[in-house]
Amino acid sequence: MTSTRRHVLISAGRFFAGLCAATVLQPLTAFAARNAAAFRAPSPDEALAALGATGAQPSELIDLQTPEIAENGAVVPVVVESRLPNTRAIAIMVEKNPSVLSARFEIPEGTDPQVATRVKVAETSAIIALVQTDEGSYLARKTVKVTLGGCGG
Amino acid sequence: MADPMRIRATHAAGKVDVKILMAHPMETGQRKGADGTTVPAHYIEKVEVRCADRVVLSADWGPAVSKNPYLAFRFSGAAPGQTLSVTWVDNLGQTRTDSVPISG
Repeated sequence: MTSTRRHVLISAGRFFAGLCAATVLQPLTAFAARNAAAFRAPSPDEALAALGATGAQPSELIDLQTPEIAENGAVVPVVVESRLPNTRAIAIMVEKNPSVLSARFEIPEGTDPQVATRVKVAETSAIIALVQTDEGSYLARKTVKVTLGGCGG
Repeated sequence: MADPMRIRATHAAGKVDVKILMAHPMETGQRKGADGTTVPAHYIEKVEVRCADRVVLSADWGPAVSKNPYLAFRFSGAAPGQTLSVTWVDNLGQTRTDSVPISG
């Protein structure tokens, strides 16, 4: 009787442990490793190097939409749309931020090469959109004038 | 546990329009609080959006994404009624997943 009860408890324990691992750990481990070095880069050139995009060329086929003047640097809307074929990734950089790279998006097959988000801009700065395709890396830049800095959160 | 995300997934003209609003402080680790001490960094590092076991967008973020992050994009190959789920993981290891059915 005792051994049966113990077996039930052990198997129940295993079941719940498995369930937790499946529901909690699985999404974490499924994520690819984040490029931490790129997010620490203090300059656009170093960020480009960390992303394997050294020598990225300016392209007219990247549509970067930002406000000309941002009253609140803590919330600056940015839209990047790529018309370059085989776009695989889009990154947003803010040249004057302490760490220039704000975000990097991977665009799988079937997803439009367009993302919209909001970023913090510490002071008047160029915003750089980097697009990585099968053929190479390209960028577009636009200056945002900030009247109130983004560091206040 | 962080507050739920607000997710809108609308099917139109063969594509799904996704708009997401997450509840997160996105602390940079450089800001000083009212008492003069530095507020520790606390920000979302990874985001993954899935539809029917297919990853439709994945993102790596730094602390310069604005507080309560907004994200919008579009993808094809899904039908109304299918489930769209969004997961984020932050630098403290906290995570949250929310799902919505695609409306059409």
